[in-house]
Amino acid sequence: MRLITYIAKRVGYTVFVLLGLSILIFTLARVLPGDPARMALSPRAPEWAVEKLREQLRLNEPLPIQYIYWLRDVFSGSLGESLVTRRDVLTDITEFLPATLELLLFALIFDVIIAIPIGMLAGRKANTWIDNLVRGFAYIGVTIPAFVFAIIFLLIFGYILQIAPTVGRLSPGVMPPPRITGLITIDSLITGNFSTFVDALSHLILPSFALALGPIAQEARITRASVVENLNKDYILASISHGIPERLIVLKYLMRPSLIPTVSILGLDIASLMGWAFLVESIFNWPGMSRYGIIAMLRKDLNAIVGVVMVTGLVFAIANIVVDVIVSLLDPRIRMVERAK
Amino acid sequence: MSSTLLNVEELQVHFKVYGGILKVLNDVALTVNEKEKVGLIGESGCGKTTTMKAIMRILPWNAIVPKAKIYFKGKDIMKMSDSELKRLRRRSISMIFQDPTAALNPVFKIRDQLFDIVKYANLEMGKNLSKKEIEEEAIRLLREAALPEPERILDSYPFQLSGGMRQRVCIAMALASAHELLIADEPGTSLDVTIEDQILRLLKQIVEEKRTSIILISHALGAVKGFVDRVYVMYAGCIVESARTPDLFREPLHPYTKGLLAAVPKLTGGGIPSGIKGRVPDYMNPPLGCRFVTRCEYAMPICEKKQPRMIKAGNDHEVACFLYGE
Repeated sequence: MRLITYIAKRVGYTVFVLLGLSILIFTLARVLPGDPARMALSPRAPEWAVEKLREQLRLNEPLPIQYIYWLRDVFSGSLGESLVTRRDVLTDITEFLPATLELLLFALIFDVIIAIPIGMLAGRKANTWIDNLVRGFAYIGVTIPAFVFAIIFLLIFGYILQIAPTVGRLSPGVMPPPRITGLITIDSLITGNFSTFVDALSHLILPSFALALGPIAQEARITRASVVENLNKDYILASISHGIPERLIVLKYLMRPSLIPTVSILGLDIASLMGWAFLVESIFNWPGMSRYGIIAMLRKDLNAIVGVVMVTGLVFAIANIVVDVIVSLLDPRIRMVERAK
Repeated sequence: MSSTLLNVEELQVHFKVYGGILKVLNDVALTVNEKEKVGLIGESGCGKTTTMKAIMRILPWNAIVPKAKIYFKGKDIMKMSDSELKRLRRRSISMIFQDPTAALNPVFKIRDQLFDIVKYANLEMGKNLSKKEIEEEAIRLLREAALPEPERILDSYPFQLSGGMRQRVCIAMALASAHELLIADEPGTSLDVTIEDQILRLLKQIVEEKRTSIILISHALGAVKGFVDRVYVMYAGCIVESARTPDLFREPLHPYTKGLLAAVPKLTGGGIPSGIKGRVPDYMNPPLGCRFVTRCEYAMPICEKKQPRMIKAGNDHEVACFLYGE
């Protein structure tokens, strides 16, 4: 099967997964106690006004009918009105999502460029002090949650050393670049505004690094284990016995099979990154989806809750398709088996 | 007699494991002459592969080598520099691993793997081949290993080939750099007997044509019998007997060799062969004296106290056993 057909097939499955997710979250949000219409208006609002809003939100209809209305709206490009912002949830999400995506993107970049080299190094120098150092760090990284790192970074780099900004996406007075993708670093590069890029980057470093530490530790451990395992495999010994240069063995014959588990786990990392991002965003006052999502939940803003969960699910699903495609490119066996199905 | 190519003396290899140290190889000594076909036999786990890995210097990280003299054309492999070692591996010695499936990198096409080997083997001989020349050479090697449709093989991943094909690919890879000595670790054992036989015939034909030496490791005595000039018998990390092939089969001396030969079922009947009772000793605490003492039906008091040395027992026939003197 060609790569493009494989991707199309995976996208097809994803649609069903998202449909299932939407039914689940739609129902869950509505069966929880609390009257969203009453919460949206004030406790002193007259009963007729609440009833009118309830009618407007179709809350008096049976659940399946409500869902069908919601689905109809989705296909016409709307996620419904938010009771908090009084705007379409889709408009809200397009405003807040890019900040979160940018944070996730940089956390992933840190994850990949740090975890793989230190994991490979530790694996090749197994049971030496370098390996012990990496393993020690990995234990700390795996056990301490991201928000603790976030607070520690805030204290050390923002408060004591004062070398990195700790609030928001840009320094006060810096004009955001025209919105193209919504990711300030990318937009500022596209428009050639380098000083804005640097400013945005300096704001990104602490939160994205705090977010990335857990996955870095996790990935470094997996890469190390995989390298140690592969180093004792006959095919690596055979390469050595044929006199292949060490650099080529490490960067080609050892790296590719060793990275297969690492990349597979990356898909799971993305889920945990998105979860922790909510807390890290709160700590660094990052204007992403977290505040929006938290307020939506506290105020029982039904459409916003469903919208946030659906978008999170979508990001996770896309990320996993990308991960699976990379894995299938790395491993011909998976490629052939998966695509033969 | 032709000159010595490989000479191993007093080779000891230990392995550090969780519970202590496994003293696997105990003063292994063997010699391979130019153009000679040598067999190394013994049951599984007796250190045959470890000996070969020590020669190639590809022992795993937990191996300790307390003592080793491995001379290749008079030069000590253990003391070779990185570049000398590379030269040796690219030009002189090559090893065919026991399991061809494990010896091929699963995520690269044969093309990638074979091309690199050909490239560096030729680079060492001062020939910087172009991509096209590398391909021609690779195809030639695959043909030499009797593989039909070499172009298709090049574009396959290992898992797309049959076991016999993988074995032949491994042979082709070894041929790129084995200009003086080929080490074949139980070639074909993982395949069915017809294919195994084909592989052995092919190897024999190749080494005779190219006039290279070969060390054939095997536990199949029949395979060794029709192939090699001389046989070493190994037991629990020690060489216990060495002789020219016909002499060994006609008149085995060491009780272990006798048992080994008796363990082969015969077509003429006589029931299930007697075999050798017991198992290879614990390498953590090997017997102080002869390592075969626990299983030997001729064991004497001295066997438990002293390690037997190899003694001359005939023309080109040596044995490490107190039954034949000290």
